[in-house]
Amino acid sequence: MNGAIPSDAIPPSSGAPSSDAAPAPGAGGPSPPALLASGLGKRYGARRALESVDLEVRAGELVGLLGPNGAGKSTLTKIACGLVRPTEGRVTVCGAPAGSPAARAAIGYLAELFRFSGWATADEVLMLHQRLAGSAGGEGERAELLELVDLAEAADVRVERMSKGMQQRLGIAQALVGEPRLLLLDEPTSALDPVGRRTVRELLEELRRRGVAVLLNSHLLSEVELVCDRVAILAAGRVVTAGRTEELARPRGIEVETQAGVRHFAGGRGEVPEIVSELVAAGDRVYGVRVLRSTLEDVYLEAVGGSRG
Amino acid sequence: MSAVSIIIGYAMRESLRRRVFAVVLLLTVLSGGLYALGAHFAFRDSEGFAGAGIVDAKAFTGSTVLGLAMFGTLFLGAVLAIFLTLGIVRGDAERGLLQPLVVRPLGRGTLLLARFAGAAAVSSAYAMVIFLGAVVVTGLLGDWWPDRLLGPALGLGAAVAVICSLSVLGSVFFSGTANGIAAFMVFGAGLVAGLLGQIGEALSSETLQDIAKVAAWGLPFEALYQSGLDGLTADTRGFTRAAVNLGPFGGAQEAGPLLDPWAVVYVGLVLGLAILAFRRKDL
Repeated sequence: MNGAIPSDAIPPSSGAPSSDAAPAPGAGGPSPPALLASGLGKRYGARRALESVDLEVRAGELVGLLGPNGAGKSTLTKIACGLVRPTEGRVTVCGAPAGSPAARAAIGYLAELFRFSGWATADEVLMLHQRLAGSAGGEGERAELLELVDLAEAADVRVERMSKGMQQRLGIAQALVGEPRLLLLDEPTSALDPVGRRTVRELLEELRRRGVAVLLNSHLLSEVELVCDRVAILAAGRVVTAGRTEELARPRGIEVETQAGVRHFAGGRGEVPEIVSELVAAGDRVYGVRVLRSTLEDVYLEAVGGSRG
Repeated sequence: MSAVSIIIGYAMRESLRRRVFAVVLLLTVLSGGLYALGAHFAFRDSEGFAGAGIVDAKAFTGSTVLGLAMFGTLFLGAVLAIFLTLGIVRGDAERGLLQPLVVRPLGRGTLLLARFAGAAAVSSAYAMVIFLGAVVVTGLLGDWWPDRLLGPALGLGAAVAVICSLSVLGSVFFSGTANGIAAFMVFGAGLVAGLLGQIGEALSSETLQDIAKVAAWGLPFEALYQSGLDGLTADTRGFTRAAVNLGPFGGAQEAGPLLDPWAVVYVGLVLGLAILAFRRKDL
């Protein structure tokens, strides 16, 4: 996978709301969120997988779902696409109850652990999903999707002869069949190399521009930080932190490089001029200043630390 | 194209690509050759049967070897039905094959019914064609034709469909291997119940016959098979009938007019239960 993704590489949306095609305010009322979970809970026997989870993903929004293993991320994703039934609470997809035919028609899903029949070619896999999704995209859509995930040359290659990374990319193409309005991706880049991950990031950004909502479940914090508008961190089945990535990152002081070495000061960006003035007035030479902010990794570790300790 | 036909078509292509049908065809030809050889020698050696004056040796030999063919065909049909369905829910879910399909808007019930319909159509048609082939081989080699043809063929096909439905139900609860074992055990239990009934008849034991009847209705593939077996010599009377009854496939009983509707209701109930459980299953 290489190169940037051209904006026309994604099949044009006919029914899906996009930033261009979204109904005008007042024309038909505000469209429902792509995904809305309210008071969601799930028990597996005595074990609670999810508890009172509230989450909203709006059209064109890219939301990252983070959390340690067993936090409930995959369960939440599976409930959203109707694979798992919630014990309590409610989930809607584009206004329709999760799991209903209308909701399933609106989603694209890539499972964390998935497999396609080894005997089928990439083209046949997509054709099957086109038929099941009722997509009228035909050969053109299949060719475009394979091109999008850099599998154009592998259209006639059987799945059993593909590498894990190729199968993962085919999985992403499969999830995009039928122009979904909500894309649920469970660890979509786990088997990809750095170039492949970058291409997926660019693909997600392009989908956002087209108004497709994405719920991205990933362990790769740097990846989530780069592409997601908002992040929800789950721990022990609960949302422990949520918000926009830039809001979650808090000031962690100021680092100033002087002739005496690197010195740390409390405060944020607003305090920089005053600190520099005082140092200069005191005869110090200032070579560099860095405002420190917590990374998503810091936020994540702080949020889940308690649950793991 | 409907979702059912899409799934059936996909399952058929899978069987073709995985050479399931090629293997089945090859082994069927080999089994058929063995059967023809056995039937040829059975008819040849029975020509000098001591009781030929009072017992129709052709009818006795023909019904016995064709009964054997029916038993073998039921077994092969059951193998095909079970192997085509043993992992269609839990097995495929554990391998990650099912989830991408289930999230599509076709519905779990439709998916399950389509998988059943495809597997049942293939395995039932296979059983009926093989049985009719055995009838032709028997007729050409021994100049003997069964008293009934369509009833036993349809009964065999229906018996395989019943086994298929049980395997589909099991696939919702058990992983592939466990379901395969369970399905074959249920199949074996049905056959044992049928044998018990035959022993009961030979010994005039009402208790054994009652047990066999209850088991045959609980597992109607056995009753369908027995009924079809009985149809092979439905019009045979006298000493020949008595000789047939003493043979290994002679104690079969016709189950009566309620069997066919019961078999339809039974398959409906089994599939209904499977769909209900599948709809409630977390994947």
